Amino acid sequence: MSDALLEVDDLHVTFAGRGRELRAVDGVSYRVYPGQTLAIVGESGSGKTVSCRAVMGLLPQAAVVTGSARFQGLQLIGLAEDRMRQHRGADVAMVFQDPTRSLNPTMRVGAQIAEAVRTHRQVGRAQSREEAVELLRLVHIPLPERRCQEYPHQLSGGMRQRIMIAIALASRPRLLIADEATTALDVTTQAQIMDLLLELQAELGMALMLISHDLGLAASYADEVIVMYAGRIVEQAPARRLFTHVRMPYTQALFEAIPRLDRPAHSPLPVIGGRPPDLAALPPGCSFAPRCRNAADDCRAAAPPLTEQEPGHRWACWHPVDAYAGGSGGVVPPGYGGAA
Amino acid sequence: MTHGEPLLQVRDLVQEFVVRDRGGVKGGVVQAVSGVSFDIQAGETLGIVGETGSGKSTLARSVLQAPRPKSGSVTFRGTDLVTLRGTRLLQVRRHLQMVFQDPFGSLDPKWRVRDIVAEPLVAYRTGDRAARRDRVDQVLELVGLDPAAHGGRHPRELSGGQAQRVAIARAVALSPALIVCDEAVSSLDVLIQAQVLNLFERLRAELGLSYLFIAHDLALVKQVSDRVAVMYLGKLCEVGPGDSVYRQPLHPYTRALLDSIPSTDPAATRAASTIKGELPSPIHPPSGCRFRTRCPRAAELCAAEEPQMRELATGHSVACHFPLAGTEGAVSAASTTARSAEK
Repeated sequence: MSDALLEVDDLHVTFAGRGRELRAVDGVSYRVYPGQTLAIVGESGSGKTVSCRAVMGLLPQAAVVTGSARFQGLQLIGLAEDRMRQHRGADVAMVFQDPTRSLNPTMRVGAQIAEAVRTHRQVGRAQSREEAVELLRLVHIPLPERRCQEYPHQLSGGMRQRIMIAIALASRPRLLIADEATTALDVTTQAQIMDLLLELQAELGMALMLISHDLGLAASYADEVIVMYAGRIVEQAPARRLFTHVRMPYTQALFEAIPRLDRPAHSPLPVIGGRPPDLAALPPGCSFAPRCRNAADDCRAAAPPLTEQEPGHRWACWHPVDAYAGGSGGVVPPGYGGAA
Repeated sequence: MTHGEPLLQVRDLVQEFVVRDRGGVKGGVVQAVSGVSFDIQAGETLGIVGETGSGKSTLARSVLQAPRPKSGSVTFRGTDLVTLRGTRLLQVRRHLQMVFQDPFGSLDPKWRVRDIVAEPLVAYRTGDRAARRDRVDQVLELVGLDPAAHGGRHPRELSGGQAQRVAIARAVALSPALIVCDEAVSSLDVLIQAQVLNLFERLRAELGLSYLFIAHDLALVKQVSDRVAVMYLGKLCEVGPGDSVYRQPLHPYTRALLDSIPSTDPAATRAASTIKGELPSPIHPPSGCRFRTRCPRAAELCAAEEPQMRELATGHSVACHFPLAGTEGAVSAASTTARSAEK
């Protein structure tokens, strides 16, 4: 039908328990194309991680997943675990936030990478060890032969994350999902890892999905950005466009709350009050309405649908920020975040 | 010095930890903080930026004498804390409070919010029960919590932002002069983080507080600080007014930090190369300048001689043999005694 690598349509994830029904993901649809970098941005509890794990079949039994997620035509929702296991890691690989917890502390890192190579491809031990060294070289680890013999605790956080990326790449995936993969790292290490991911993406022709709470990181490294709030996509646009033409007041609030170097010291940050809604008791209308400065009666009555209102730019809002007129207070100024 | 005595004066602060190998044999000495000096004036916020392993948290704890530094002096209102013992130290320390990164880790899960905030008041035997109760209500309102609604809750019944407000309320309960914030907003979501940052600013204005604000995020530190110090491997490499450190960084490490921050503007060109490699071991720090192993400007001099702090612009000092924007004259003048970070 189309050339999309991953097609997610009307994905719902609900967690039931204690008589409450938590709607973690509430009708999410998006496409990922080969070679594309797509960022999904949101706060804790926005559903960004849950929606990805649903696609990977990594949610606990208690989660009820409905909707459709096709990877190159293969329907992943409801796929039997053994079929899913073949697909997961082979076509889609994932890198998580905390490399310390994802690595086996009692195994040398070389052996862990070699194991990943053998899991996905029919190769012998000797060859898998050679490939492990090659993978370490690919992720720019100096002296790869020696590093193979080391244990995770002997490596720094940045090194460990490189090992995780090497393991993820062992199967030559078509899509790599980085779930807050640089959040625990220092800013200079984060820049190194992000540069590495983009370089590998270009080299191997992968699609890359960045799951992050950091809108700055997303705008800086992604082609396309999806903003999620309370389980729904509230805005989606190419990174460059989102930044110049932000329409959803929530996205605007996120942009404004980031401390910027070009802002004078002690100037109050524009903040919105309140907290994200309880996912078990979502308000009937737009879930952002209680915190929104543009909110009106119609926002509280009915939830705005996510529709493509300008070419390539989708948003779900009855009263969007007027990005062109420069009015409505606090539109993202030009030269945002740049060195003035 | 013309400004009168600073609130806090830290000189040549050194903190080291001995690492033990198998069998308790001395394996090496981690030089966590190696000769750090700075001043904080009353009502001023000094920001300290550093990455993991830079020694910034150790520095914060050494200032509060927890544990006591190996050498150097920490002078608060004319009294050197390093020489104080017992109750004398306790009496001074009530004016110095701390807010930590993880609010849930620093609040006792079994205590109610009201008791958590009252604890310092009880510990210092402040007022009677009724007076303490009033004070708790007062500081809870100050940080934007409702004493009636939140006072009886346990930490697990709070959101991350609310829990951090409780930690802040506890810190201000004794009306301190200085609050040390160690990554105090780093674990919060960006919208909550902005709320808490604004709270810090409001308390500074209302209560005349000074802050030692420590974080890894340069933009965040600049937002709240009058002056910013950059720390690398146990030493300060640059100190100056936030704006001038950002607009004209003098140390190559500061430049690298600035270049690593993801810009929210996708149109801005990303810096081609950020610094390479890894932080050297603090057990065997490089000779001379500690940044030289990763510095694009490093020369022989950098390995041979340790650069001293010197002031190149008003209030803006750097410890570098080849600073980025220093004029030739300033470099050759090399007034190595300009060590103070005053003003």
